[in-house]
Amino acid sequence: MLGNWLYIGIFALVALMMPALTIFIAGILSPKRPDPIKNSTYECGVETVGPNWTQIKIQYYVFALVFLIFDVEAVLLFPWAVAYQLLPLYAIIEGVLFLLILVVGFLYAWRKGALEWF
Amino acid sequence: MDFLRDPFGFVIQEYTGWLGGLGLPAGWVDIIAKLTGALVLATGAMLFVVFLIWYERKLIGRIQDRFGPNRVGPWGIFQPVADMLKIFTKEYITPIGADKFAYNLAPILAVAAVLLLWSVLPLSVTVVGTDLNVGLLFLVAVGGLGEMSYILAGWGSNNKYALLGAFRLVAQLISYEVPLVLSALVPVMLAGTLSVNGIVQAQESVWFIVAAPAAALIFFIASIAEIGRSPFDLIEAESELVAGYNIEYSGLKFGMFFVAEFLHAFTVSMIFATVFLGGWQGPGAAEIPVLGFVYLMLKTFVVYFVTILFRGTLPRFRIDQMMNLNWKVLTPLSLALIMAMAIVGGLTRELPVFWQVIAFLLVNLLLLGATDQLMRLSQSRKTKSNLPMQPLRKVLTTSTKHGAGE
Repeated sequence: MLGNWLYIGIFALVALMMPALTIFIAGILSPKRPDPIKNSTYECGVETVGPNWTQIKIQYYVFALVFLIFDVEAVLLFPWAVAYQLLPLYAIIEGVLFLLILVVGFLYAWRKGALEWF
Repeated sequence: MDFLRDPFGFVIQEYTGWLGGLGLPAGWVDIIAKLTGALVLATGAMLFVVFLIWYERKLIGRIQDRFGPNRVGPWGIFQPVADMLKIFTKEYITPIGADKFAYNLAPILAVAAVLLLWSVLPLSVTVVGTDLNVGLLFLVAVGGLGEMSYILAGWGSNNKYALLGAFRLVAQLISYEVPLVLSALVPVMLAGTLSVNGIVQAQESVWFIVAAPAAALIFFIASIAEIGRSPFDLIEAESELVAGYNIEYSGLKFGMFFVAEFLHAFTVSMIFATVFLGGWQGPGAAEIPVLGFVYLMLKTFVVYFVTILFRGTLPRFRIDQMMNLNWKVLTPLSLALIMAMAIVGGLTRELPVFWQVIAFLLVNLLLLGATDQLMRLSQSRKTKSNLPMQPLRKVLTTSTKHGAGE
């Protein structure tokens, strides 16, 4: 088992090194003639006004919150799904109940308008 | 004869045997073998992108009644090579005020996240990078790593369009991860394992797309959204956001995002083929491993072809439509599907496999039909009421009222 994760570790290093190396080599080969106009922030030819790291619509945050609930739920459901074949019927019903509780929360978020994009 | 039956496995065996004969310490042989495997697989995947770009451009060209690339080499097959050579010698332009670390890390991470997916995909019976016992969860997790690179790119570029594009992209990717993960639960339930090779082996008698077509459909749509392809390409909408998160990138750093996108599109097709279409399963694949590789590639190319068809024919979603489709259709459907499959599976456990599959199939079709009806119902209700959702309709009706010809 540990050997598997060693392979993943080696693969991750290789996967990071490969694009990094290509970008580095291309950086040596490519010309470098920076000038202030070329390096300015691109905004369709107009000079940018104010800070570029602007405020973001709150909607993104709401969706991220809803997503978080489902992501945690998925982590809890995967072990249940793996063991599903071996579970007795009452354990399956319990898993469904767990999902139903989540569905109630989901419906609440829906009714409250958290899922509307305006 | 062994070589013909399983060339990849044969080469791997010969190579590890040769390494063992060199007299290195035992631990090093393992590490060197793994390093070589990773290098070969990653390089192969990167070079494969050249072919993918040509394939996709040619197909899109045909859909749009053009020839596509046809000048460089036979059928234009060397066009992407020429493009790569050109992009290799282009200048890197780093915008003023960019967050250098995030800006430079983003393209590397984008490619690395996609390449890492290849480490657990079984290419044939004998050729698996590594058969993790949490393989499917690993695929989802590494897929999520790609999102980080996009937000790094958008934030690091110090550009309003890039930031807006990155936020849209992350909103879309995390949203569609919910139905993706939930529909991936169904094959896990059917196979009883998270190992990707285990899931493939569980599909020996029947593919999971037959037992659970609804799950396959949700998984497929969510996968297309995950790779940000049309019709979900509002995240890099050229006409509104000028390109989205990668607007300030140039040269090979931009090219890396492209490589990541194409490779991701193909990898996602391969994951679909593995999880729902039986991976390397096929007649004679267990005895002759190289056949399994051919089957997998055929299936993957069929799925990839369908995603390109989608890209070539469907118009782009608006952001509220994209969000509605995910949160109000796919997520409830996948939740209902898991519950229904769990209960039906529990009740029909004593029956033979054939009848169990029929029961699963019926549940899936029933749910799909119900979803279709509900969507039609809500659509007709929407057109009756005067929701602020139809600005275009209002515009059209007022313009006909004042129209001169009426």
